[in-house]
Amino acid sequence: MLIDHPLLGPRDASEFIYMGDAKLLNRPNWKSQNSKTKFLDYGYLRKNPAGVHKELWYHEQGDRSWLVVTRNTVTHEILKVELARDTKGK
Amino acid sequence: MRNSSHPITNKQKLSFTFNGKKYFGYKGDTLASALIANNVKIVGRSFKYHRPRGIFSAGSEEPNALIELGDGPYKEPNTRATNIELFDGLEGSSQNFLGSVNFDFMAINDLLKNFIGAGFYYKTFMWPRRFWEKLYEPIIRRAAGLGKLSLQADPSQYDKGYLHCDFLIIGSGISGLMSALLLAETGGEVLIVEEDFVLGGRLNSERSIINGNQSSNWIRQAVKKLKSLKNVRILNRTTVFAAFDHGIFAAIEKKTDHILEKSSKPRQINWKIYTKLCILASGAIERSIAFPQNDRPGIMLAGSVRTYANRFGAYYGQKIAIYTNNDDGWRTADDLKNMGLEIKAVIDTRKGIEALSSTIPSYLGQTITKTYGRKGIKAIKLSSGSKLNVDCLAVSGGWSSNIHLTCHKRGKPVWDNNFKNFLSGGNGQKDKIIPVGAARGIFEIQNIISDTNRVILSLIKKLSLSMPNRITLTSSKEQYSCSLDLVSRSDPSNSFIDLQNDVTQKDIELSFKEGFKSVEHLKRYSTLGMATDQGKTSNILGLASMAKLKGTNISEVGTTIFRPPYVPVAISAFAGRSRGKDFRPTRLTPSHNVASKRNAVFVETGNWLRAQWFPEKGEKFWRESVDREVIQTRNSVGICDVTTLGKIDIQGKDCSEFLNFVYTNAFAKLPINRVRYGLMLREDGVAYDDGTTARLGENHFIMTTTTANAPLVLRNLEFVRQCLLPNLDVHLISTTDSWAQYSVAGPNSRRLLQKIVDKPKDITNENFPFMACRELTICGGIMARLFRISFSGELAYEIAVPTQYGNALFDALLSEGQEFNAVPYGTEALGVMRIEKGHVAGNEINGQTTAQNLGLSRMISKKADSIGNILSEREGFNRSDIATFSGFRPVQRNQKLEAGSHLISVGKKPTMENDEGWLSSVAFSPTLGHYIALGFIKRGETRIGEKVCAVNLLQNKTTEVEIVSPHFIDPEGDKQRG
Repeated sequence: MLIDHPLLGPRDASEFIYMGDAKLLNRPNWKSQNSKTKFLDYGYLRKNPAGVHKELWYHEQGDRSWLVVTRNTVTHEILKVELARDTKGK
Repeated sequence: MRNSSHPITNKQKLSFTFNGKKYFGYKGDTLASALIANNVKIVGRSFKYHRPRGIFSAGSEEPNALIELGDGPYKEPNTRATNIELFDGLEGSSQNFLGSVNFDFMAINDLLKNFIGAGFYYKTFMWPRRFWEKLYEPIIRRAAGLGKLSLQADPSQYDKGYLHCDFLIIGSGISGLMSALLLAETGGEVLIVEEDFVLGGRLNSERSIINGNQSSNWIRQAVKKLKSLKNVRILNRTTVFAAFDHGIFAAIEKKTDHILEKSSKPRQINWKIYTKLCILASGAIERSIAFPQNDRPGIMLAGSVRTYANRFGAYYGQKIAIYTNNDDGWRTADDLKNMGLEIKAVIDTRKGIEALSSTIPSYLGQTITKTYGRKGIKAIKLSSGSKLNVDCLAVSGGWSSNIHLTCHKRGKPVWDNNFKNFLSGGNGQKDKIIPVGAARGIFEIQNIISDTNRVILSLIKKLSLSMPNRITLTSSKEQYSCSLDLVSRSDPSNSFIDLQNDVTQKDIELSFKEGFKSVEHLKRYSTLGMATDQGKTSNILGLASMAKLKGTNISEVGTTIFRPPYVPVAISAFAGRSRGKDFRPTRLTPSHNVASKRNAVFVETGNWLRAQWFPEKGEKFWRESVDREVIQTRNSVGICDVTTLGKIDIQGKDCSEFLNFVYTNAFAKLPINRVRYGLMLREDGVAYDDGTTARLGENHFIMTTTTANAPLVLRNLEFVRQCLLPNLDVHLISTTDSWAQYSVAGPNSRRLLQKIVDKPKDITNENFPFMACRELTICGGIMARLFRISFSGELAYEIAVPTQYGNALFDALLSEGQEFNAVPYGTEALGVMRIEKGHVAGNEINGQTTAQNLGLSRMISKKADSIGNILSEREGFNRSDIATFSGFRPVQRNQKLEAGSHLISVGKKPTMENDEGWLSSVAFSPTLGHYIALGFIKRGETRIGEKVCAVNLLQNKTTEVEIVSPHFIDPEGDKQRG
């Protein structure tokens, strides 16, 4: 697979570490009600769809960017690649 | 037999041996063509029934002629004689026989054929159960598998390479060369990959006329033109064996396989090819027909008989019959007749067609019902009853487009009823593979020419590239139509569908009867289409047979899809240079040279090689060295390389806030030039890593991590920095390799360091107390960092210098330390001392223990958010009876302890229910003179003095131990503060 890195252009997938569902970006507020339940959900429940999926890739053998890759898990088509820090607050 | 007037006979003569016998061939031969020219009939035995088999095809699709090539450690099994380029001195031999290939004792299986059909093993070896391990499995294992490995390391070199292009063209037949000529004119980078050692593909096997001349003239012109272009690269002897996502392909290039002298050059290169588009000009593969005894030596694919005659001048026989269900079989008859061979008959299964040649005896609408000649075909019997004496039978069941690679990304083939052929179905991805020519289901040369022009020109138009002119070629005219008469109805147990796996028509019937009707089940139950040839010549036969049994057609039955690799690839080619010691890089510590000179024994820790201990003269047993290192360090001073610990430089105006979040304990108020111990949790509340972090400035920290977790901690810190707290001003970089760091431990450590640092006053106990750190200079101006931290429990320091000074500093510490009897110590002594002191390490922070288990729960600050903070509060982690970190010593002091032993109350049975904890780290303490252990036991802190049993069920050993404080030496910490 090739991942079109927003800063570096297309890079081979072997340079990256795959970290799964991008929901890990949305860490719950530690002071919210039921924070324990929310953290359990955050830590243990991941989506694994057959189709379009937002997922985290880490460019460890490169510039150490964390990327959010929107990928179709059936066709492996990559629809969008963003720097994770740019997606925060969106 | 060789046609003595064929041009190949003017080439260099080559000698080779096959099954120990010497033969001659010519440069340009394959091993298969040379064997045919030398009248070698039997080249192998079939897999299951050990029936004699001869060469069947002329390419990668070969099911029979599997050869063990080479000798000794160079031996490679399962190479196909049809793919092996002949060279002087080649040594090949048959495989899969017991005795000799002509008299194979395993041929007994052939007589048992009626009993060992599909599913035989599944059904038979179920009972009695105890027979499996002792009897059945050894026998089956001996009979299973194709070919034998040399069982020696392969001395050949293999390499990996990377290629980038705009257009990858797979195959160099007429459609491949045309595509290359057209696409090269767009200016894009073109890569042509050809499996064969010659270019031209199928044209080399035919007598086609192009532009009024033999096609070889046109090939020569086209190749000359392509080679003159800067944007074209041609790789022959190279097979694309797999297609991956986003235009990535894998290909194997044979560099020196065709040369006897083994050189230092790589034997094969495993290419990874990145392309924008792929043109698949891989041609077509002929299929067989299943009829009674259709597997005899001398029964070959008709197109291959033609290849051997036209390209190599090699004839398997001189009295030839052709059995066909399509027009192409007749072309073989024509070509051979023109060479003066006797064509006994063309048997065409199709009723109501007209004979395509009036000068050849033809039998229309007939089938072959029997063949004769176990070790080489002698005669055939037709459905009309006539018997013909022949010495070669050329069979054509029609042609299948070679769409193997289009399936690798789950593209489903679609059935073309016109030419009775599966075509590429694509798979909806953007990076499409575009088939041309025969791979696209176009089989007549004049149509291939016009269709390739059309497909490639419309592609160029779609890409908005500069348009080349269409290629004008005139050619001989061909006609092709095909029927689906592929399977005979009589004698199903002798009608072979898949020659390589000995799958017969009867096996297909059995699968059908037993309910394995879907193609996927059929494949797995009968092994149809498996092994080295992947059913290239047989799949369609199996599908046609199943369709007939189900009363439907092939497009309804569907097909299994081809999977990579297209041809077998040696494992060594995947390894490339990453073998043995080079499997991964070796990281050497900065003191490696000095340590080697002192005869250190090294241990691998991850990629690092670390000194484990430093044996001195007369020391025979490792513990003699380790005990000495510990005692000398505790009595005076010892030096240990701790460079491997991860070092992460953290800077930015928000870095103390960042550290507060990644560690459970607070760092914001840590004064400059001080060090603090920090504990990291995972988000699930389990302990993750620990280490010391030093503050060198208001906005500058140096974090240390454990050796094993160094890259992982950096990965997780980057996650926090970029994904969780992107608004903080924090910058991270690993400096593990930039600084050499040594522990200097023992009561004389300060006096030793004072000889080295430029201002000895700076490091007095008052100026530089326990947990202080600072930047200073040593040895007359060399930049250094000094940390007063202790893993051993002694008065101790860690000193860091830029890596290039590391070896010199280690040397200097040892020579300056001579007056104190300073000793270098390794990882073993380091471990012993930390166990004596009761520090946790990887054995304790093992991914299953929590801060509560480790007795560190007070380190979790509840004033601020941090990773793992919330989930560390979960009920299970905070029960009153959790196992807690404790020390243990044997009640009988002379007894040995074993790490991993489980702790059971005295008098109780060693069961899961009674399990109360475990010993995690064990060492012999030279300081105390007996074994000691760290471990975890339920409510440990309340049970000091209690005796329990350490049970080691693996060695059936029970040792009584006493629960003690984990801090065996200096529990108050006076030494490290002194």
